[in-house]
Amino acid sequence: MIAEPSLRPIGGLETFKMEWYRVVGKARETPDTFTIRMKARGNGEIAFEPGQFNMLYAYGVGEVPISISGAPFNGQLIEHTVRAVGPVTKALASARIGSNLGLRGPFGKGWPLKEAEGQDVVIVGGGIGLAPLRPAIQQIIRKRERYGKFYILYGARTPSDLLYKRDLQNWRGRLDTQLLVTVDKGDEKWRGYIGVVTTLFRHIKLEPNNTYAYVCGPEIMMKFTVQELKNQGLPDDRIFISMERNMKCGVGICGHCQFGPFFICKDGPVFSYSEVSNIFGRREV
Amino acid sequence: MGAKEERAGTDHYFLDPQQFDELIAALRKLGYSVIGPVVRDGAILYDEIESASQLPVGLRDRQGPGYYRLEERGDKAFFGFVVGPHSWKKFLYPPRVKLLTVSRKGEVTAHNGGERKMAFIGVRGCELAAISVLDKVLLGGPYVDPVYSTKRKHVFIVAVNCTEPGENCFCLSIGTGPEAGPGYDISLTEVVGDGIHYFVARAGSSEGENLLERIGARKATGQEISEASVRMEKSHTLFRKSLDTVGLKELLYRNLESPVYTEVAERCLACANCTLVCPTCFCTTVEEVTDLSGEVAERWRRWDSCFNADFSYIHGGSIRSSRLSRYRQWLTHKLGTWIDQFGVLGCVGCGRCITWCPVGIDITEEAAKIRRREVEVSTA
Repeated sequence: MIAEPSLRPIGGLETFKMEWYRVVGKARETPDTFTIRMKARGNGEIAFEPGQFNMLYAYGVGEVPISISGAPFNGQLIEHTVRAVGPVTKALASARIGSNLGLRGPFGKGWPLKEAEGQDVVIVGGGIGLAPLRPAIQQIIRKRERYGKFYILYGARTPSDLLYKRDLQNWRGRLDTQLLVTVDKGDEKWRGYIGVVTTLFRHIKLEPNNTYAYVCGPEIMMKFTVQELKNQGLPDDRIFISMERNMKCGVGICGHCQFGPFFICKDGPVFSYSEVSNIFGRREV
Repeated sequence: MGAKEERAGTDHYFLDPQQFDELIAALRKLGYSVIGPVVRDGAILYDEIESASQLPVGLRDRQGPGYYRLEERGDKAFFGFVVGPHSWKKFLYPPRVKLLTVSRKGEVTAHNGGERKMAFIGVRGCELAAISVLDKVLLGGPYVDPVYSTKRKHVFIVAVNCTEPGENCFCLSIGTGPEAGPGYDISLTEVVGDGIHYFVARAGSSEGENLLERIGARKATGQEISEASVRMEKSHTLFRKSLDTVGLKELLYRNLESPVYTEVAERCLACANCTLVCPTCFCTTVEEVTDLSGEVAERWRRWDSCFNADFSYIHGGSIRSSRLSRYRQWLTHKLGTWIDQFGVLGCVGCGRCITWCPVGIDITEEAAKIRRREVEVSTA
């Protein structure tokens, strides 16, 4: 059969279309960072994998990629944590309760939580990098019996930069989870650790061939965290990092998020360190 | 596409200049906008045409690194030139296009740029390969581009085999030319010589075959076919540039810190010309616009370039702030990472980036330098 051009289908009309979500809650995490809770207009469950992201749209201002930072209750709510640094994130952060935001997604590959069942898990977050890790923490805690030892290491610049303070208190209160929090610079009330997040590794002893590590934060933080994990003997393919790059489309078309041979939007944002070890940490790649 | 391949290589048809003009008229009658090469502002561009007389008859393009001039050929050839600054990407993936309209009330309309039957006249082998590359990028999924998908649907391709490669052409070394590969509806080889001027045509689809029958093209004689073959055989001997593709991806991956990048960054202006003339470069950005009342917002997409400083901007700064890193991104994408992403080279050997680079940077030379320097370093 000859494939006639006229038989070629027209596709992709859904590619850039978004759905409206209603803002139902907003929590101020730090002076410039907010967690926005939204509800889909229908009654369907919102399906996503921890570690995936959505493109969020503020009317007339634009669209940006934001990691999903939580899914509380019955699956009809979804949370994103937004730091107001550019025009779109500022507009998202100032969205009022009851207003609507556009959403496309979910996109990308998340944390390999299924693979890690039966294993120990160590989660390492730096600053706002805790946001895409939070749904993974929630899921592990929800299915706690399926995992072994569970560590959460979290570092921020100052105590006021710590996200999810109520969660941190809950996680710390659990007997089956070891949460360690550190800040680069304390204040008069701070009684915890001082130092970058990698200094927390001296307090834990991982079983390298029985542990998965999920890491997200600034690249420099991830670079030194990977080093610490390797020092403890973790193989590259048990270390997972979440990468960030400029993104315009979220679907592998605009070209902006390229990272070596990868499109972060569709091949990531979560990568096994073994996939990216030859380019990760290289300047300006 | 694969089916079209099988069809090619059956019958050869003969078209004289008059019949070639009738081919254009017949396409117009079938409702196609016929787009072909025309002379504008001293260069050969692609635009809508009504008849063969609007083609750059009797002209050739003299090209070099950072050099392009038109000259008289001294004959009446319709296709006696190679490629100019335009590519078919302009029509399939427009430079600026509306993707979305959103009203304040919440109505969301996705756009696909509108359907249009287009017939491309004079598509070269490298350009046909470039369209097939874009097919992989924009239709290969998991997400499909709505605009490209819509424009691509109704395209009729009249390819032209290159009997005289240009000074910057290197398709032979990449395997995309000088003969047009699969994917065309009709391919033409132009024969111009002492008192003779005709085309040997082949159909690549039943639509192409029907059209040739429709204009009453007769089967070509053995003599006519062999005149065309002689010209194509000669064409293979006329190439001046080549790209050594053997192990190229691995070479580039091993040499991300090659000193060649430092040198080329001294010359590169990061002007983005190479990406705009490239027939496969697909990067875009979006602009949000609202009307004065704020009742309607639109998202427009336009071509972007990895050479622009803000291309890789994330809060805190651009990932690739140096020209070195932007040139390296472009070169390694074209000749390396593209293969991992889409299974093909991102370069089709058309030479446009060499011609339209204001400082004449030559991709084939830079790749060869990286190879040479690696050998020098390892034997030093």
